[in-house]
Formats: sequence, C-alpha cells, structure tokens
Amino acid sequence: MADVNRGDRPLSPHLQVYRPQLTSITSILTRLTGNALIVGFGLIIWWLLAAATGPEYFALADRVVTSWFGDLVLTLSLWAIWYHYLAGLRHLYYDAGKGLDIPTAELLGWACVIGSVVLTVITLIII
Amino acid sequence: MVQLRLPKNSRMIRGKTWPKPEGASNLRKFQIYRWNPDEGDNPSVDTYFVDMDDCGPMVLDALIYIKNKIDPTLTFRRSCREGICGSCAMNIDGINTLACIYGMDEIKGDVKIYPLPHMPVVKDLIPDLTHFYAQHASIMPWLETKTNRPAKEWRQSIEDREKLDGLYECVMCASCSTACPSYWWNGDKYLGPAALLHAYRWIIDSRDEATGERLDDLEDPFKLYRCHTIMNCTKTCPKGLNPAKAIAEIKKLMVERAV
Repeated sequence: MADVNRGDRPLSPHLQVYRPQLTSITSILTRLTGNALIVGFGLIIWWLLAAATGPEYFALADRVVTSWFGDLVLTLSLWAIWYHYLAGLRHLYYDAGKGLDIPTAELLGWACVIGSVVLTVITLIII
Repeated sequence: MVQLRLPKNSRMIRGKTWPKPEGASNLRKFQIYRWNPDEGDNPSVDTYFVDMDDCGPMVLDALIYIKNKIDPTLTFRRSCREGICGSCAMNIDGINTLACIYGMDEIKGDVKIYPLPHMPVVKDLIPDLTHFYAQHASIMPWLETKTNRPAKEWRQSIEDREKLDGLYECVMCASCSTACPSYWWNGDKYLGPAALLHAYRWIIDSRDEATGERLDDLEDPFKLYRCHTIMNCTKTCPKGLNPAKAIAEIKKLMVERAV
C-alpha cells in the first residue's frame, strides 16, 4: 500500500471538527459502558471477596460499597448494564441486516438512550 | 490505533483575517483550513468575508468567490459543480459533503470548512487520496468472468439489474470513509465504507463469476469486520446512498456461506 504520510504532511482534523451526532455518540457510549462496567464489576467482586475473607474486612468493604460513592458507582453501573444490553440488542438487529436506514437507526439510538434511563429508574424503584 | 489528539505538526493555529470586500452589506464569515507545504508552518484557520449578494447559493460558489476576489492561493478540488464528479468533497459545518451541492442556507452561523477528516493534507482543502484509491482498486472494481465471452454483451435481467441501484451511483468522493471513526483509527487496514460498498456492488452483480474469491478476500478481521455499524457513513453520504447496509449484506453473505 502507498505510504499515506509522504513528506511531512499534516493530518487533517477529525474529532476536533466532526459534528457529534447520534450515530457516533451511541456507538462510543456502547464502548464506554462496556469498559466502565469492568470497574463496576471489580467493586462487586472485591465486596464478595471481602465477605469470604472475614467479618472485619467485609465491614470495611461494605462501608465503601454502601457509601454515597459506592451508590454512585453502582447506580451508574446499573445504567451502563441497561445501556450496553439495549445497544447489544440493537447490534443483533443490525446484524440481521435490518434497521439500517438513518430514521430507524436514530429511532433505535434514542430508544437505547432513553430506554436505559427509564429501565434504570424502574430497577432502582423495585430494589 | 485511536489517537484523540492531532500530531504536533497538524495542530491548527489561528490564521489570517482577510479584508472584507468593499461596499458589501450582506457579508458572511467563512473559516477555512489552510496549509501550505512550501512554508513549513502548522496548519491555520483563515477568516474570510463573502458578499452574499454577489455570490451563488452553494458553498462551492463561495469558495470560488474567495479564490477569484480575495485570495487566489486558496486551493481546493472542484470540477462538475453538480455532484457527479465527487471532487469537492470536504468537511463543511462539521459533516462531510460535496461543496457544490451543499447550500449555504443549510448552515447556521459562520461557515467552517476543513479538508476530509483524518487524511494527509496535500495543500489547504486537498487531502491525499492515494491510499483510498488503492483500497478501491484492491476490491477488483470490474466484472470478473470465467465462462467464454458471449457473442454480444453479458446479459442481465431487469430484476438483477435493479439490485445494483443504490450502489452504482457512488462517485467515490470519500465523504463516507473519512466520516467513519473506525476508518480514522484503522484506515491502513480497514477498507472503509466506500470500498466495501463497491465490493458489494460486484459481489451481487449477477454477471460476475468471482463471488467466492471476492468474499475470500474480505474474510479478514480488519478489511471488513472493523465496521461496527456506527452509520456515520450513511448519515453523511451526499448522494444519499447506504454503505452501512451494503456492508451488513456482505457480512450476511459471509455467514450464509459458512453455515
């Protein structure tokens, strides 16, 4: 393949100038939620490991997990799970070759964003 | 690889503000990316003022106005001025499109113009499309046959011909590929929406006899499967085509022949 960087040519701006839009934002959110969930799961696993280690250590872990900070991380994780789950369903639908026109794709994008928030609130009310 | 910041030599500095045309009352402000290979400076963003009463309705009209009346060094590609040659593709108001068919009335506020994103710049608004064209050539954009040549032309039914609608209209302007974040980060190996749309155009051509070889060539973690169905390509296509759909159809054919 040709060397695309012949000479000292600058690279044209990309993220700096491209207009954010639903298509790219829902995609990057899928990645972000997927990666952020690893952190959320780490917290839960640490909590479970602490429970297996002993009552004193569990008391410490439990204090962290049930603190306002723990609540914040777990609530965001809950939203992330719902969002990632809905985005996964959208991808499954796409992989069947369906919904691949801009009006439908944007409708599904909003469904993921709004749906994940609604489902998070419902889950919080139930538990 | 994902690189959020531009390389050091690519970061834009504030450029020159060119004088307003004299005696004009209906001015519009343009901010345009400039880079001159002969000067060795970083790229800059220059400011121009266009007299809208003395200029056509399209963005390309304004670029030509600037080149003719304010700054003859402004460099850009253009030819047909009716959306069929694909030369004047650039990033206008944050999206990739053809300057000749994009009306200035569709833009709110100042008009910001950059070259197609994440490409090496030759000069000003001209990106180097060498690699993009090489990728197009790699998908064998021609009719590939094995049987003996027919006495007249290769025949095709009306229904089979209709399968090419929405594909053959592509003018290779590169708007879609350079709108794709996946192509930004992996454009060296990922073919990108334009080349893949063309690949699909030949895969489903009833007269083509190399479908298997074409699919074999695309069966690759990067060439085809870096498409994550973001759909920036379809969103931006100035011809209203749907590369995302074409890529999804190729992926479906991959699955169908594997099971």
